Amino acid sequence: MLLGSATSVAPDTSERVRGFLSFAQRRRAWLAALFLILFPLVAPFKALAAMILIYGLYALGFNILFGYLGLLSFGHSALFGTGAYFCGIAIAHFGLPWWAALALGVLGGVLAAAAIGALAIRTLGIYFAMVTLALSQCLYYLFYEATDWTGGENGLTGVNVKTINLFGFHLDFVNPIVHYYVIAAFVIVALFALSRILASPFGAVIEGVRESEARARASGIDVARVRFVTFVVSGAFCGLAGALLALHLSIVPIETMHYDTSGLAVMMCLLGGMGTFFGPFIGAAIFLLLENLVSLYTVHWQLIVGAAFIACVLFFPRGVWGTILQRSRT
Amino acid sequence: MADLTLQLLGLQLFTGIALGALYVLLAIGLSLIFGMLTVVNFAHGAFYMLGAYVGLWLLMHGVNFWTALILVPLAIGALGLLVERTLIRPLYGRGLDYPLLLTFGLSYMIVELVRVFFGNTGYPVDTPDVLQGAVDIGVGYFPLYRLFVIAATVVVLVGLWLFLERTSFGLIVRAGARDPEIVRILGVNIARVWLIVFGIGTGLAGLAGLLAAPLQGVIPEMGGPILAESFVVTVVGGMGSLLGAVVAGLLVGVVVSMTSLFAPEMSRVAIFALMAIVLLLRPQGFFGRAGLMS
Amino acid sequence: MMKNNGLTRRQAVVATGAALASPFLFNIARAEAATIKVGFPVPLTGPYGAEAQDQVRAAQVAIAEFNETGGLKGRRAELLVRDDKLNPGEAATRALELIESDKVDFIVGSLSASVQLAVNNVTKVRKVLYNSISQSDAINEAKEFSRYTFHEALNPHMTGGAVGRYAFSKYGKRVVFLSADYAYGHEMVRGFQAVGKAMGIETLADIRHPLGATDFSALLPRIQALKPDVLVISNFGRDQQIVLKQATDFGLKKSMKIVAPILLYTARIAAGAKAFEGVVGGTSYYWGLEKTIPSAKAFNDRFRKMYNGRLPSDYGSLAYAGVKTFLMAARQVGTTDPEAVIPAMEALKYDYYKGPEYYRKCDHQAVQSVLIIESKNAPPGDPDVFNILAVDQLSEADLRSCQELGFH
Repeated sequence: MLLGSATSVAPDTSERVRGFLSFAQRRRAWLAALFLILFPLVAPFKALAAMILIYGLYALGFNILFGYLGLLSFGHSALFGTGAYFCGIAIAHFGLPWWAALALGVLGGVLAAAAIGALAIRTLGIYFAMVTLALSQCLYYLFYEATDWTGGENGLTGVNVKTINLFGFHLDFVNPIVHYYVIAAFVIVALFALSRILASPFGAVIEGVRESEARARASGIDVARVRFVTFVVSGAFCGLAGALLALHLSIVPIETMHYDTSGLAVMMCLLGGMGTFFGPFIGAAIFLLLENLVSLYTVHWQLIVGAAFIACVLFFPRGVWGTILQRSRT
Repeated sequence: MADLTLQLLGLQLFTGIALGALYVLLAIGLSLIFGMLTVVNFAHGAFYMLGAYVGLWLLMHGVNFWTALILVPLAIGALGLLVERTLIRPLYGRGLDYPLLLTFGLSYMIVELVRVFFGNTGYPVDTPDVLQGAVDIGVGYFPLYRLFVIAATVVVLVGLWLFLERTSFGLIVRAGARDPEIVRILGVNIARVWLIVFGIGTGLAGLAGLLAAPLQGVIPEMGGPILAESFVVTVVGGMGSLLGAVVAGLLVGVVVSMTSLFAPEMSRVAIFALMAIVLLLRPQGFFGRAGLMS
Repeated sequence: MMKNNGLTRRQAVVATGAALASPFLFNIARAEAATIKVGFPVPLTGPYGAEAQDQVRAAQVAIAEFNETGGLKGRRAELLVRDDKLNPGEAATRALELIESDKVDFIVGSLSASVQLAVNNVTKVRKVLYNSISQSDAINEAKEFSRYTFHEALNPHMTGGAVGRYAFSKYGKRVVFLSADYAYGHEMVRGFQAVGKAMGIETLADIRHPLGATDFSALLPRIQALKPDVLVISNFGRDQQIVLKQATDFGLKKSMKIVAPILLYTARIAAGAKAFEGVVGGTSYYWGLEKTIPSAKAFNDRFRKMYNGRLPSDYGSLAYAGVKTFLMAARQVGTTDPEAVIPAMEALKYDYYKGPEYYRKCDHQAVQSVLIIESKNAPPGDPDVFNILAVDQLSEADLRSCQELGFH
């Protein structure tokens, strides 16, 4: 109903659609939250729904840098993975409570972003992609070698959180439903934070820099600093996603830091719609659901996903969600 | 390290050069493609892998190794032409990231297609009979095949140099790398130049894959790690600079080889550390153009 | 074991390569009610696809035998195969799905060391029985262990010890170690070094290489120069094949004996005779055992019958035993309730395919024999690729002791 050209829709219907869309734009965080709350009802199983949440948040963090600022990074697995490891190590090695571990996860993402960003911001455009890839690989090898802390190849095990004590409630984290909604709660909070940031003056600066760097510079904006700060903010969100991953799986696999995971962020963001608020989530959902579905019939699911991705690059650069939004606006 | 002799160091050095030879071939392709088309070819590793598999397929069907050395780069180059014409060309002008993203998605598909046709597990590839065995190079015995790889790379480099310096097409390539606008104004069909350069770049990658096959066999995933390493080489050497690709390729090969001698566990991190240092001190790489970076 | 670079290879000439290369479709149907569901996550995607497929085949043999002999009071068993893609995150998700959606009674799997830990982490918290068929003893450590965890597969500490004892006494005591620098590589070396210390070997060098290295030429000249009696190569999958090939090319076999902790049947068939020739190693099972062990013959015959004359591999046989022990224990106590099955498993003394075995109490490790094998020069297509040089009878001596693993 939302798709299709405007001429085939009656004038007052398209008015209503436009009205709905502007309402949706203002209340995007609330609607996203509603979607996430209802999501488990349609997902094949809760654990997969939780994975979609986590990877959706990861893609969302990536989108801040790529969709909104326009910088293509191939090193986001380092931010995601460092967040996961910080959270996991806090719980498995130090026995810290879950909320401290989550905070440390966010910090981990921020630190990794600061480290990579400091070196990579000096380069830009296409070079940026290569440099971030290589630097995140470096972090991957470092984490790999630090077996005492990270478990190396075997991954970090023992990130076991059985109950979550929140505001006096004792939640059984092992129960799949409770498990999902706890993770969803944090993702929803992150969504609201993101919406705030994007609507703030800083958000406008980010988009300004993407539109025209020269003009931004002429207006007195320190472009390098904007890039760095955006990278770090992106790191915070990806770090949180990583921390939630550690809690969800009870392990941190070393593959989390591998460049394939960076590629995932790119794929999900593009599939869903970069530069849109909710697009990355849709992208993550499409990717993971497709993978889950196609894997039942053939081991070559990567062919389908790869083809879908190429189709998006060629024909639907706005991604699934972005194209839907665009079509319904015209 | 009790018996660290000059001989051992000499052997390690040669090993590093042999390692570097493959890096050089890959980095040159990447650099050519970037220098001319401003496209970072994320499918470069996939073309490398494809070259190895096409070579394997030819060998399995009775083609001899020397013929394969000619056919493989031609085949992969032709594929590169097709890819540029149909998939990448529509994306010029859409923004720098789109061709990159396309090549990224393409690499996913190429790897999976190889899995469909050749299976998951890979194949060993025998060294051609005439090139088996080891040869005394003064500092010790060194596998003949690795010397061949070095020699083949030198031949390719000489051929490429002659092409760039002595042919009119080469002149256009060099001019186009320096200033595409002027070249277009002068009436040269720049699109055709880009097409051919992409073909040359991928052809080189395919050749590198074939050369690598007898060293390590073939598996569908072999393009992944080497892509990251090739990026390091091009960053260190300078994107768009062929001399940089050669120097950096050899340097990285030697660094890996030498670190293997003293601290094998760190040999992989070493090259990224090298890249980080270069980025800090000279972000455009040894021979890169400063303008490219800002 | 790692993800990106391990592999097995096939002789290019073997035409069956084409058949195995075609997309292998698995009917992963949803389970029916009242059946006994055995979850089976294995790496169908990725470099160990061939081994994983053999694991599925062998597990199906166990299921078929169980159902044909009456099941559990009439209840049939069913295998729910899942692809863990050799990825621990994926494996954990699959395990969660098997428990949450499919409500499995048991889980058996997988192949990689990191994946078994991931699955175990999920199953132990949710009190689901899990039998690991991954050849790594990381799961036996006290911090990973739970009552619900069992480990059918042997581990490289055992095989390294057995092979070391054989090799050091037979070939000499001047030893060079070349190992992959990751947890599994260290595991493999440990067994050799424990035995070697007791036998008084001289360690000329202990060289570590990065996992997934494709070029060992940087390391081989040094080894050549040291002139050891024995070169112990501790790595796995593709790493092992590449290093053996390059070592052969460098001519190392002329002056030293190469031994490895584990030699895989599928890997040997794929890589061909030349690289593996003369290499001595350990394994849990080789079909040639049927000449001396009746249960091996019975298992092989059943496998041949079900799969057109194919022979089972070492990984396959582990899957067979892993599934069968759970089913037999459940049949014995008449229920799939873990609280009843666990004591039955702990008391089980069985001989399903290779001779007597039992589970050690402290870590639920299956105590079993180790075969010392040597690769032989068989023509391509001939499955008789190994000579069984010796069989180390079952004993706890080669396992890490309960104290070493952290149990008190």
